[in-house]
Amino acid sequence: MLTKRIVPCLDIKNGRTVKGVNFVDLRDAGDPVVLAKQYAELGADELVFLDIAATLENRKTMHDMVLKVAEQVNIPFTVGGGISSVDDVDDLLQCGADKVSINSSAVKRPELINELSEKFGSQCVVVAIDAKQIDDEWFVHLAGGTIPTDIKLFDWAKEVEERGAGEILFTSMNHDGTKAGFANVALAKLSDLVNIPIIASGGAGTIKHFVDTFKEGKVDAALAASVFHFGEIPIQELKKELKQQNIEVRL
Amino acid sequence: MDLKIVNYGAGNIKSIQFAFHRLGYDAVLSDNPDEIFKADKVIFPGVGEASSAMKMLKESGLDTLIPKLKQPVLGICLGMQLMCNHTEEGDTKGLGIFNVDVKRFSNAVKVPQMGWNTINNLKSYLFKDIREEEYMYLVHSYYAENCDEAIATSNYELEYASALENNNFFGVQFHPEKSSKVGAQLLQNFLDL
Repeated sequence: MLTKRIVPCLDIKNGRTVKGVNFVDLRDAGDPVVLAKQYAELGADELVFLDIAATLENRKTMHDMVLKVAEQVNIPFTVGGGISSVDDVDDLLQCGADKVSINSSAVKRPELINELSEKFGSQCVVVAIDAKQIDDEWFVHLAGGTIPTDIKLFDWAKEVEERGAGEILFTSMNHDGTKAGFANVALAKLSDLVNIPIIASGGAGTIKHFVDTFKEGKVDAALAASVFHFGEIPIQELKKELKQQNIEVRL
Repeated sequence: MDLKIVNYGAGNIKSIQFAFHRLGYDAVLSDNPDEIFKADKVIFPGVGEASSAMKMLKESGLDTLIPKLKQPVLGICLGMQLMCNHTEEGDTKGLGIFNVDVKRFSNAVKVPQMGWNTINNLKSYLFKDIREEEYMYLVHSYYAENCDEAIATSNYELEYASALENNNFFGVQFHPEKSSKVGAQLLQNFLDL
């Protein structure tokens, strides 16, 4: 059976991991390649690298990092941040990235999704959506959730699927950083609405939150950062518990 | 060992090169029919859409070369699908190396299938030291039907062939280059053939 995926996310700035990573027994926790290898060993199913300070100047640094990760890591990985053209994606895939994640650039120019899926295939196009629930409605936000739009989450999700996205990475701004659990009601609605995989992001704090998002949120994968980086939730332990709860995982 | 990757412009092959490199082998890209013909082992990769991949293959004349190869050939993902009789993707005629058709998953399941799935009913040297129910990483919307040439099956909506073998030809739907240690073992087995 197809298993549910556990996806650690690494924030990258100038080729180094940021947001504090506190792994024991690691000589250089700031080196994304070292961390990525460690996560692959520990049983992560995929990795996401997010270039949080993507600028033209540091593009080369990011390419070098992607190349090194591809050289040394034997599980799939996605690269996001600052991607706005077919050429950007071509470069990253040439460096060995398996998928790319686009966000604001897709909202600004939705045709980009069509162009990417036609040229490279849907399988490598992840559309990341940051949204915030205001009263009863979810609105898409840009630039890391800082800029509101009047685009409704579910309309946008349907549109990105129709345009050829292979996967949706949904981050709830209401839940991100709270460690109080994922946005399971919205996630379940998304999962029913579209026929492509959904990755849940934002809110992971405990193992139970992962159980809940797979069961109630009906998601295909769950992404988290700090709970993994600080060893609060060891991946093997998490996966064993998921298995106990009859959620299929790769052990 | 003279290991060649068929280079016809279909998708990202860096990961495959790196995976062999981790095993200590250099896999060299080639679109030269003579070089490919003389190689000890040949990898036939493929990512993207079937009809355009087949078109590129024809433009380079490699569509007639590949079925004539005598050394071990490993098709990966779309490469495997193109080695079949026919695929529903773009209504594309394949190379006919594997006597099976490729169909699309229905919308009863999420398409593409993306992630780690188990491989079962293993019956080939390719799976030496790989246990039943091990996990491989897959990303695909189309599948080869279960058939006599299946050397592994997986389940997604239905039981389908996740690996095929016919004489010196092997095909895997999953990505061994992205399937952790188990995938590396499979590539090593292919090298050891």
